[in-house]
Amino acid sequence: MAQTQSGAEGLVSLPALLHRNATQFGDAPAYREKEFGIWQCWTWAETAAEVRALALGLLELGVEKGDHIAVIGRNRPAHYWSMVAAQMVGAVPVPLYQDAVAEEMAYVMEHCGAKYVVCGDQEQVDKVIEIQENLHQVNQILYTDKRGMRKYDHSQMNALDDIMAEGRAGHQRFDAELDKRIADITYDDTCVMLYTSGTTGKPKGVVLSNRNVIESAKNSAEFDHLTRNEDILSYLPMAWVGDFIFSIGQAYWCGFCVNCPESADTMMTDLREIGPTYFFAPPRVFETQLTNVMIRMEDAGKLKQRMFHYFMAHAKKVGGLLLDGKPVGFGDRMKYALGNLLVYGPLKDTLGYGRFRVGYTAGEAIGPEIFDFYRSLGINLKQLYGQTEATVFITVQPDGEVRADTVGVPAPDVELKIDENGEIHYRSPGVFVEYFKNPDSTASTKDAEGWVATGDAGFIEEDTGHLRIIDRAKDVGKMADGSMFAPKYVENKLKFYPDILEVVVFGNNRDYCVAFINIDLTAVGNWAERNNVAYASYQELAGHPRVLETIRNHVEAVNKSVAADEMLSGCQVHRFVVLHKELDADDGEMTRTRKVRRGFVETKFQDIIDALYDGSQTISTTTEVTYEDGRKGSISATLQIVDAPVVPVGQHKVAAE
Amino acid sequence: MLDNTEGYVTEDGRKIGGVVMEMKNITLRFGGVVAIKDISFDIREGEIRAIIGPNGAGKSSMLNVISGFYVPQEGEVWFHGSKRPPMRPYEVARQGIARTFQNIALFEGMSVLDNVMTGRLNYMKTNILQQAVWKGKAEAEEVENREAVEKIIDFLEIQHIRKTPVSRLPYGLKKRVELARALAAEPKLLLLDEPMAGMNVEEKEDMSRFILDVNDEFGTTIALIEHDMGVVMDLSDRVVVMDYGKKIGDGTPDEVRSNQDVIDAYLGVSHD
Repeated sequence: MAQTQSGAEGLVSLPALLHRNATQFGDAPAYREKEFGIWQCWTWAETAAEVRALALGLLELGVEKGDHIAVIGRNRPAHYWSMVAAQMVGAVPVPLYQDAVAEEMAYVMEHCGAKYVVCGDQEQVDKVIEIQENLHQVNQILYTDKRGMRKYDHSQMNALDDIMAEGRAGHQRFDAELDKRIADITYDDTCVMLYTSGTTGKPKGVVLSNRNVIESAKNSAEFDHLTRNEDILSYLPMAWVGDFIFSIGQAYWCGFCVNCPESADTMMTDLREIGPTYFFAPPRVFETQLTNVMIRMEDAGKLKQRMFHYFMAHAKKVGGLLLDGKPVGFGDRMKYALGNLLVYGPLKDTLGYGRFRVGYTAGEAIGPEIFDFYRSLGINLKQLYGQTEATVFITVQPDGEVRADTVGVPAPDVELKIDENGEIHYRSPGVFVEYFKNPDSTASTKDAEGWVATGDAGFIEEDTGHLRIIDRAKDVGKMADGSMFAPKYVENKLKFYPDILEVVVFGNNRDYCVAFINIDLTAVGNWAERNNVAYASYQELAGHPRVLETIRNHVEAVNKSVAADEMLSGCQVHRFVVLHKELDADDGEMTRTRKVRRGFVETKFQDIIDALYDGSQTISTTTEVTYEDGRKGSISATLQIVDAPVVPVGQHKVAAE
Repeated sequence: MLDNTEGYVTEDGRKIGGVVMEMKNITLRFGGVVAIKDISFDIREGEIRAIIGPNGAGKSSMLNVISGFYVPQEGEVWFHGSKRPPMRPYEVARQGIARTFQNIALFEGMSVLDNVMTGRLNYMKTNILQQAVWKGKAEAEEVENREAVEKIIDFLEIQHIRKTPVSRLPYGLKKRVELARALAAEPKLLLLDEPMAGMNVEEKEDMSRFILDVNDEFGTTIALIEHDMGVVMDLSDRVVVMDYGKKIGDGTPDEVRSNQDVIDAYLGVSHD
């Protein structure tokens, strides 16, 4: 730690940090990637050489200062290197979501005007070529994986390897120019441009400077005492700000090792093999893992089951307290130690959390039970609240003050204020420079003093100083009778049931609330198997009467708990449907980070919403779906509309049952 | 008929070389049943050659003749310019011919990795004693072969099931594992017996992609039997059509499609 701090002052760019790491601890591992069944490793010194070769290659291709270089691919060392190499030559890296369909990508490509594109494989190259037919702006496509690429016209295309080889060969011609470009980088130059997924409207290009990235990385690393001995697993989309900060910002600042999984399908196995010490995942990953543990426990022998439940009950009692450093009796400690030996330890090892020192979940609210489950095992899982515009960090939970219902205290150097409407504003060194080519949006989001509006409503708890988020400010509305409508609050409560994957609640300006529900195929499928419920498709399972009955019970329970909250008692769900398809980013119903696009969903399924409000019992509907390769098809279904029991409250009228 | 030495260029610009395998007047009988009757055709280097025909036309028998499992009563099999004497299937395998089976023939209890490793058998030279000691020669050999196998696992995108027992895999993946095992032998000629049978559209598309990629990446000559006409016409460079043990057509997909005998065989013809 001392080492990383003393050397870093005055280092104004990621290439500078790379140079420091390569000279100070060149032999330490910087990247690992599992390929051909083995973890391949690159030290910091090797990384520096590779990145330099790539940067020289880019110069040879004619990359100018200020050019944008799009990077589309899964988490691989070569893609991270491309971004740093781009920074070396003064260009701006723009990572894009690799699972975006071509038309989505076309907008972003046109907006940033990328002349160079680094693609992961043939699939991405095909998309870029398709976009290029209308755009004609791309000079060169570089690709990492050579498979299937032989037959392509290579007049404007190169393998990344070849570019690096050419860079190495031509180093005498370009060394001086490259050194000059690296030396020219200032603290306020653009470090990266990231497109926000945008729950509304078109994506916006958030410009982050070196200052934003390095200061944020530095502050957050100090907050959690990260050292260069950490191991992280990089599996989240590279286009997402979180991945950029963890896998590049903090990794370069601290000098820790970034591990890239073999493929998206092997992520869980790779997680286990690496056993990261510092980990980040959206709630969904933790939910899925917990669901899997529970499903597999049901298949375990009687003795194991009893041991599991016995010790988990004990962990629930004292695990969290132990983690927070609170006083726990000697007997309980001994019992916990025994549990650790027999259950917690092996379980953590199976999950890949054997070495887990600190980890975060963010992006969505996490269910308190899920959160507590991991904490009780002794896994130091915490929450943070952030956004792209803040270079991630707005609030974080300090060790010892971790709770499921808050998102923590302001991160170091972050100032927070809540305006009269309840909207959260912040100011910090991480505040973005601007939205690219969009001064209007920049002005409406960031004021002259540097305060940024988050668009989220929340409040600061007076006694603890912790921030609590209520909902997206623009989603909070009023019911027809004037009571408050906060859909997220209800949705999260429902989503905490393992068999519910996604919920969308409607009710703004209406008499009562209704909901769309997506079942979780893993959990419900498992239930169906155990109960001899036969089904042939997602659609059939989603419409099964017994499934509807279960979901109805969940809704009823949630209604009871919502009714207990005076302010939000109007938000009880009176009627709901279980949708015939999963909401999907390919259909535009969700963002690439899997947040529901409320407005879009409302328009797309208007017929179902109408049916929910006009009292009909079934609705026949046809929905367009987009396949992964961009082709379109449609599915039709007749959906059962279910009335849910509600708790009568004050002046609100009773459910129309 | 094409010249023996010169190849041709396909529509998508691939260069097809000279004749690798030639079947000359093959006749195969089982007792009184004539499974194959006087059939001749050739397979050229680097091409994807399909054998199609209605049920019972003798396609699988033909493939079994190529792979040495059946020895025809009449006719000659020429491989790489020399006449092939009757030989056992393992001898044929050593010559560089690998195959997959219509009804999957994997070792169900073994992992995917171990199954694919068995495809490397011809490259393992150590004896049972050396294997038992393992350290030294056997170890070096295993590392070398494992590397080759891992490249294939990567190529066919089955990393996530590397350690999974085959019995737990769905049908489509088993087919892919079988292809992996055949590829592990680094064949010069790859025989695929109904690689897409029983697959859904998505699995078929994946498999087609892999077949094309194998041909493109390793330059492997491929002979395949397939029922799905759409797939055959899209994939293959040349097609042999069989019906009741006889060859009724041979040529590019377009030629075959417009061949009256082929149309009759597939759609039926009125006997008046």
